[in-house]
Amino acid sequence: MTALVEVEKLTVAFGGTTVVRDVALRVDPGECVAIVGESGSGKSVTARTLLGLTGDGADVRAETFRVDGEDATFHTERQWRAIRGARIGFVLQDALQSLDPLRPVGREVAETLRLHGLLPRKEARARAVELLRAVGVPEPELRATQYPHELSGGLRQRALIASAIAADPPLLIADEPTTALDVTVQAQILDLLEARRRTGTALLLISHDLAVVSRLADRVLVMKDGEVVEEGATADVLDRPGHPYTRTLLAAVPDGTTRGTRLSAAGRAAPRPPREPGDVVLEARDLTKRFGDRTAVDAVSFTLRAGETLGLVGESGSGKTTLARLVLGLLDPDGGEAAVDGRPWGELTAKERRALRRHVQVVYQDPLGSFDPRWNVRRVLHEALEVGDVPKRDRDARAAALLDQVGLPAATLDRRPRTLSGGQRQRVAIARALAPGPRVLVCDEPVSALDVSVQAQVLDLLADLRDELGMAYLFVSHHLGVVQHVSDRVAVMKDGVIVETGPVADVFAAPRAAYTRALLAAIPRIEPSRTSLEATT
Amino acid sequence: MTAALVAAPARRGRFAPGVWAAAVFLVLLAVAALAPGLLAHGSPNDADTMAALQGPGAGHLLGTDANGRDIATRIVHGVRPSLLTGLGAVGLAVTAGTLLGLSAGLGGRVVDEIVMRAVDVLLSLPNLLLALVVLTILGPGTVNAVYAIALYLVPGYARLVRVQVRVIRTSGHVEAATSLGLTRLRIIRRHILPNAFAPLLVLVTVEIGIAMVAGASLSFLGFGARPPDPEWGAMLAAGRDYFSVAWWVAVFPGLAITLTVLAFTVVGRRFQLRLEGRTA
Repeated sequence: MTALVEVEKLTVAFGGTTVVRDVALRVDPGECVAIVGESGSGKSVTARTLLGLTGDGADVRAETFRVDGEDATFHTERQWRAIRGARIGFVLQDALQSLDPLRPVGREVAETLRLHGLLPRKEARARAVELLRAVGVPEPELRATQYPHELSGGLRQRALIASAIAADPPLLIADEPTTALDVTVQAQILDLLEARRRTGTALLLISHDLAVVSRLADRVLVMKDGEVVEEGATADVLDRPGHPYTRTLLAAVPDGTTRGTRLSAAGRAAPRPPREPGDVVLEARDLTKRFGDRTAVDAVSFTLRAGETLGLVGESGSGKTTLARLVLGLLDPDGGEAAVDGRPWGELTAKERRALRRHVQVVYQDPLGSFDPRWNVRRVLHEALEVGDVPKRDRDARAAALLDQVGLPAATLDRRPRTLSGGQRQRVAIARALAPGPRVLVCDEPVSALDVSVQAQVLDLLADLRDELGMAYLFVSHHLGVVQHVSDRVAVMKDGVIVETGPVADVFAAPRAAYTRALLAAIPRIEPSRTSLEATT
Repeated sequence: MTAALVAAPARRGRFAPGVWAAAVFLVLLAVAALAPGLLAHGSPNDADTMAALQGPGAGHLLGTDANGRDIATRIVHGVRPSLLTGLGAVGLAVTAGTLLGLSAGLGGRVVDEIVMRAVDVLLSLPNLLLALVVLTILGPGTVNAVYAIALYLVPGYARLVRVQVRVIRTSGHVEAATSLGLTRLRIIRRHILPNAFAPLLVLVTVEIGIAMVAGASLSFLGFGARPPDPEWGAMLAAGRDYFSVAWWVAVFPGLAITLTVLAFTVVGRRFQLRLEGRTA
């Protein structure tokens, strides 16, 4: 059988920096192969090279480089164009950026057919509608005439897949096809890819998420720093990971079974002792916020006690970030009230509000955006310490102590956030939030932008800090595994309403609301690996 | 066999001769503005009717004008008024534009509407016409020309600052500062103003050149510097009458204007690239 793609000793360098080294990869017809790795592992570059899309200024070398049964070593741009779309379909992560904003999606899908001379214009249009229907787009005739911005993320991703499979290529390369999507939508897209595979299309799946690939892939390649560190049948790799890095990756995945334990490699041993919740530090009573006709937050109530973590779960648009901003006193509610330490924001003067702010601090999803781009870490922390009434001469020492507390060296003070890694940035953001001595920390998707191993470290850090300082967390996330790992209690939010709330174990074990059940069913899991992993360690 | 599929890229050089040439030219301009005596000897108004309209050559490097004045000397001495016009007009426009943009961006909807509609009105008038109207009211002269040019540069700055402020006031770092409990005034001073100002610097370098041309145009039309002051636009206007017999009288001042604008633009673009590379 001829392989669809076969490369040996593939090495890619950009200006002297080698980003992919000696990678061997083979995809046979009808097979699903996954490349798993964290950001910077070289997985995307590898995938793009298979389409002749490595990028300007790349130095690509390989001993064997066969695409679609032919030696592609010296393929010209023209030859590549004949392969793309027709022989290999390409699905990217960000459908909004990958679709032409000025063209209806139906024409985008039809274009593949016309480019490869498969169908004349008129028939191509009809076929595009059929394709949109085939990938599960409702009302395909209407959708085909709409522009990308008029579609939801899930529909855009479907449209992108429709255009990738339009010419019925024997191989589909999908680079993080579900990363930007909500978990229920992710499940639908994975179903779609699986259905595609059952019809005989081979899949090369690129992902940072082991759980996502474990559902689909026959074989997995684990990449780290440009090299394949482990390769094998999916079940084998997940159940009996041979390489320490694969084990770290697997262990770092948070879910119910990891509650109270450490996720990162450093000393994950004893589960934490259960904590006794203290006084109520944050309370929401019938909080309501409307934007125009839309009610973003609808009569939400909850309490949060010192030392406790309340997980707030919901998909995009559920109103969880609006709720976080109401609680932080950054938005004024249209009804109800939010109180910190028993003091409702609405009853305070501007001056009293400012004074209260230091008691409730926030950590954002995008730490870089939350720093003034002109400032280094020292200034960022100094400003926060100034708010905490630390005298000027003590600020350097306090800033260094804060960095130490979040596991960063004092030398970080003179770095600019932009020169730090994502994990380091989030640590600086946490240090800033700690500076004024808050009693409540609102974490708005704090680990969603991080790789799983970095996510594990940050989650561990947050848990340590909570135990050390007795803070309360309102932990907002779309990621159910993360919420299950960190929370004592959980509140599930949908369309501005909390549909279910309770102790985390109860909600996850016996969900009452239909929406919660749907959410839980949609989570991709790697169940067998978890148990066997614990048996071996 | 290991085959190279694509040739290794040439490293992009850091040395850009054009930028260096422009920078050197700007340094020369600065010297000419501060100490014209270093680059040219004699007074720009030394007339020698015996040597009128001499071509470029050994005695007078760039030739002489109808009054026998040395054109090279006049160009060097003309840097100061030209630069002052450029710097003055842009400085004034940036200050006024920033204030307007800030109030529009931070104030309520009413303030925003009033300021921006006023700016739109200014923007809808042809630049030169606006300047001529102002100069007709105020009377001709170098200082009044600065006001006139500043007036037509203001809308651009006001709009840019307003947009920047709108973006920055909802950005993560401003929200972070707010949740720390900083006062609004402090947030504006520390976070909003400096960040709104950064992209302005690029525009400023480019527009100094544009303002200098505008100053020269107004002098050319007889509304700016008056003879016998050595101002480039006025020199260009004076040379127009002799163009068929003595091209150098008009061409060299014109060249000085062109090169100056070019130098400011090249350096300004470089700043812009640096800034974008930094923020990307």
